[in-house]
Amino acid sequence: MNIHHVKLKEILVAFCFLAPSLAGFAVFYLIPFGTSVLYSFQDRLTAALTLANYSELLSSLSFQKAAANTFRFTAISVPILVVLSLILAMVLNQRVFFRNWLRTAYVLPLVVPVASIVLFWQIMFDWNGVLNALLKYVGLSRIDWMKSEWSGSVIVLIYVWKNIGYNVVLFLAGLQNIPEQYYEIADLEGAGPARKLFGITLVYLTPTMFLVILMSVLNSFKVFRETYLIAGAYPQDRIYMLQHYMNNMFLSLDMQKLSAAATLMAICILVLVAVLFRTERMFRSFME
Amino acid sequence: MGKETKEYILSLLRTILLTLIALMLLVPIIVTVVNSFMTEREIHANYDMLGNTDISEFVNLKLVPDWVSLGQYFKVLIATSGYLRMFWNSVYMVVPIIIGQVAVASLAAFAFAKLRFPGRDLLFFLYLIAMLMPFQVTLVPNYLMVDRLGLLNSPYSIMLPGIFAAFGVFLLRQFMLQIPSAYMEAAKIDGASYLRIFASIVLPMVKPGIAALVVLLFADYWNMVEQPLIFLRDAELQPLSVFLSRFQKEAFGVIFAASCLYMAPMVLLFLNTERYFVEGIQLSGIKG
Repeated sequence: MNIHHVKLKEILVAFCFLAPSLAGFAVFYLIPFGTSVLYSFQDRLTAALTLANYSELLSSLSFQKAAANTFRFTAISVPILVVLSLILAMVLNQRVFFRNWLRTAYVLPLVVPVASIVLFWQIMFDWNGVLNALLKYVGLSRIDWMKSEWSGSVIVLIYVWKNIGYNVVLFLAGLQNIPEQYYEIADLEGAGPARKLFGITLVYLTPTMFLVILMSVLNSFKVFRETYLIAGAYPQDRIYMLQHYMNNMFLSLDMQKLSAAATLMAICILVLVAVLFRTERMFRSFME
Repeated sequence: MGKETKEYILSLLRTILLTLIALMLLVPIIVTVVNSFMTEREIHANYDMLGNTDISEFVNLKLVPDWVSLGQYFKVLIATSGYLRMFWNSVYMVVPIIIGQVAVASLAAFAFAKLRFPGRDLLFFLYLIAMLMPFQVTLVPNYLMVDRLGLLNSPYSIMLPGIFAAFGVFLLRQFMLQIPSAYMEAAKIDGASYLRIFASIVLPMVKPGIAALVVLLFADYWNMVEQPLIFLRDAELQPLSVFLSRFQKEAFGVIFAASCLYMAPMVLLFLNTERYFVEGIQLSGIKG
């Protein structure tokens, strides 16, 4: 009876601690998310249940373009970022001077507000910009970076610039968790650098790798900021992202379609997270 | 050549390589800072051809100003009123979000990390999912509720969803899980209440966690673009991050100084709390 009483008290106390957060979280996230899912299945005028919003959304050319662009951007930029930051972290994890200073320099782009640096990117990639000046200097013709197919690559570059430090920090933590003895044993057995990389480093880094991939994908959705600040609300076709589409929907207050888009996106992210977690668990049980 | 010497030269080479990469990453920041000390006339002379396809003249990127001047800073801070107001707009929204989220989230994180109650894991899972959702998804529910509460076009539309965002709960829970439960058990035996345990044991021990949360939130919200763009229709209410991109065309001559003043608080905060920032990133790694 007494134990029961103690447990009951703990539950009550827990809900008191939770109450402020839970109330706000429910009001601003949980409940309206439920509403928006409901909206996505409702007809705009009659409120009857329908799939029309989804079929309209999926057949809309601007949505298709935005979704395809966002997907392509993520598929290209995430592997580039992960590989570059892994190499950087592995070099940084060896004997170097000024390690902490270097790490600070790599992380700094992450905290610099996008809006402060936008002008620099414009100076670089403008029609009359630095890059074109260099092209001219070596005798090539100019490229209209932001208004051609190249705009996609520019955004990838900016994304890597901004996020590389974040991933380096995560990889460094992962690398430092690998016991030094593993390498010593490998040395004794005469393993070469390639064998050590694939047999030890990459294997023990796999849990970190899952995390890095997940965070990189999530951060890739934030690249809208850069795109918007550099190229405005109607950028070149190649970099018209999902967030541009949704911004325009917000302006026309099309809540049904907007809800359908948000729901679809939430489902995609849930699937991605589930797949990553499942693979990580499989990998872990395989390791043991 | 001895093994020591060889290793020394290798580290030296690595350091040089890493320093070059660091410098490349820092170029955008360095250029912005250097340009902020140019006179307005020099800025116009160097960059007026930006965005003008009729002229074939290139921009003139210089790493040393012709004449070091504080003129831009003077004009931004004293002669232009818009800038300071937007700066204040940013502060006015970001500071309450940070204070509010730290308060609300530390209470909830304590319940999730240290108390037992039914439905705990399921509820925490919901917070986790909400945290992983990008802006494109969470803005829709936020908008629905803010609209219903009549808060659109008011700073509260940004502050309230910010205060109750799931990230703080998640991060502080990660830090609190590291506190051994023995501390709590001992205090309980001594007859301390849960509130007492929270205030005099847990809170002091998660100070690094709170510091990490403050820096990460500041970096995130100081930089916000998506929410103000959609929730605040009045240009008067916009924070600096959105304002700077419009400001560019009108006040080109002082934009670099404005950008530097805008990034200064974030960069200074980061350089002084880098340890917490890094620890925060590493612990927001989703483990278990």
